[in-house]
Amino acid sequence: MIVGTALVFLVNEARPALSSSGIWHFFTSSDWSPGTGQFGVFGVLMGTIILATTALLVGFPLAIAMAIFINEYAPRRVRAVLTSVIDLLAAVPSLLFGMWGLYAFQARLVPVARWMSEHLAAIPFLRVPETTSVLTQSSFVAGVVIGIMVIPIITSVSRDVMAQAPREQCEGALALGGTRWGMIRTVILPFGRSGIIGATLLGFGRALGETITAAILLSVVFKVNWHVLLIGGGSVPALIATKFGEASELERSALVASGLALFILTLGVNLGARRVVERKVPGR
Amino acid sequence: MSVTVDRPNGAALTIVSGNGESLRPDPDVPRSKRQVTPVMVAEFLLAATAGVAVALTLRLVLDWGGLLGSLLWAYATFIAVLYTLVRDRESAEVATDRLATTLVWSGGVVVIAALGWMLVFLFVHGVKKLRPGFFTQDLSKVSALDEGGGAKHAIIGTFEQVGLAAAAVVPIGILTAVYLNEIKGRMTKPIRFIVDAMSGLPSIVAGLLVFTVWVNGRGFSGVACSAALFVLMLPTQTRASEEILRTVPDSLREGSLALGAPQWKVITRVVLPTARAGLLTASILAVARAIGETAPAILTAFGSSVTNTNPFHGPQASLPLMVWDLIRQPNQVQIDRAWTALLILVLFVLIAFTLARWVGTRGDKKLGRRR
Repeated sequence: MIVGTALVFLVNEARPALSSSGIWHFFTSSDWSPGTGQFGVFGVLMGTIILATTALLVGFPLAIAMAIFINEYAPRRVRAVLTSVIDLLAAVPSLLFGMWGLYAFQARLVPVARWMSEHLAAIPFLRVPETTSVLTQSSFVAGVVIGIMVIPIITSVSRDVMAQAPREQCEGALALGGTRWGMIRTVILPFGRSGIIGATLLGFGRALGETITAAILLSVVFKVNWHVLLIGGGSVPALIATKFGEASELERSALVASGLALFILTLGVNLGARRVVERKVPGR
Repeated sequence: MSVTVDRPNGAALTIVSGNGESLRPDPDVPRSKRQVTPVMVAEFLLAATAGVAVALTLRLVLDWGGLLGSLLWAYATFIAVLYTLVRDRESAEVATDRLATTLVWSGGVVVIAALGWMLVFLFVHGVKKLRPGFFTQDLSKVSALDEGGGAKHAIIGTFEQVGLAAAAVVPIGILTAVYLNEIKGRMTKPIRFIVDAMSGLPSIVAGLLVFTVWVNGRGFSGVACSAALFVLMLPTQTRASEEILRTVPDSLREGSLALGAPQWKVITRVVLPTARAGLLTASILAVARAIGETAPAILTAFGSSVTNTNPFHGPQASLPLMVWDLIRQPNQVQIDRAWTALLILVLFVLIAFTLARWVGTRGDKKLGRRR
């Protein structure tokens, strides 16, 4: 009920900007000029998706490793500590991630980015236009930090799913002389697969909506920037957060509209994710 | 996360997994025994040395990458050499297993190291300006060039905003969980759907929601931020409470019903008291996360440098807002203040966290469960 009315308000607020530049135009173009009343959110939206994908590339392996580690490898007493560590990681304010990323981590990460841009230039999106390009405040840097931020949600959901693998099959695999990793690979992972996919989608949704870290670590530009190592990227939440203070009436309504777009996107991702995870309910 | 299986006779069997342990009958018996032999240690050290050597060479000779880059190279070489060494001695299966073990351990170490780095960095920078006066002054009379100034206004703001939100979310969340889990009326499916839909809401959109509905007409206020926090906290609170309620054994419920108690009494006198510790933990954790929410606050409470003790009227500062405002200014004094405010913020979160854990373990002992 509340959600419904709020949605109505949002759409209403968004309408001025939408009508001023036309709905189709809003979603497919990339200009943003309060002066002329033209607002295009396509670039920023794509940028958000690129950013979230980068985050996932970094966060997913670490999160799964952490989940397997806690469930299968860690000594029992350490397990509780590790669970607390993961929960702590989830509770840490994104401000800390942003500021740590900016002052501590970025300086260390840029040389790596530079190396990648020079030596891995065969991969298209790792290229940069010139060797003197600025590599700070890029989708890569922000993506890595956001990747760390989504680890908790992927880990905890994956852990729950992996723990449901039937014990007899696990022990059977070991009894037949398999190694621990062999057991994990053949029993636990196949059972957990859809759950892990769901967990990853949840992480993706989280990364899409991450505001503060993106606002601090990313320089928001409006054109789609496929060179993830290069400065500048897109993030709808960061856009809203940074521009809101001095936005005019019309621009504000455009920001609301982009928020609406983001909301629909994350809603879709999250609902889909939950459906995938809950499908693991055994009816077998 | 729990799994509910519908039995053919209509009853539902629920398997609970709190942290993954209760699903496995006996976590004491390890899945496979691991013995560390001297040969393994030797291989490990050899591979590690090779890794360091290669990284140093690359760094000094080719000037590749900074410290982080060298670490990555060392690690990659370490992995490769370790695999070759083991493969040479034993089968591919075993080598892959060792590799997997190493990778998984590394993943864990990396995550912990990152968190540790963040906290240490925060402490080092935040301590600079930490002094008693920081808690009693606000930013109203200080400029960017003065010494002094503090976070009093922000601390008050955070307390009020989060406090109001929690006062609403905790009861409503628990009530909703009770409805979903105990009463299971006809509205269960729609409510659950809405809770799920709300749970992935980006924090900034929650702020936008409250902004368009409320602030746009009436101006910024602390309670508007509370409303946004409410929207953000409710799904997690409900879901966590539901899980806690599910851990209360059915035998307790059935026993009370068999003794003739009406359902509302079963809920209030049996289920809720048993679940009390868990519910408290969940609530405190929800509050801990809400303390640090910046995005919704930007659009609702807006922040200020003056102390505003009235959350219902006028812009109000909060710890995250203070940090957000200060770090975007190019002045080092402001940034230092931001670090200190952030340190206070994280300290609050850590305190809430420890409190939640402590309450949780006490409750578990009462319930007779092993964690």
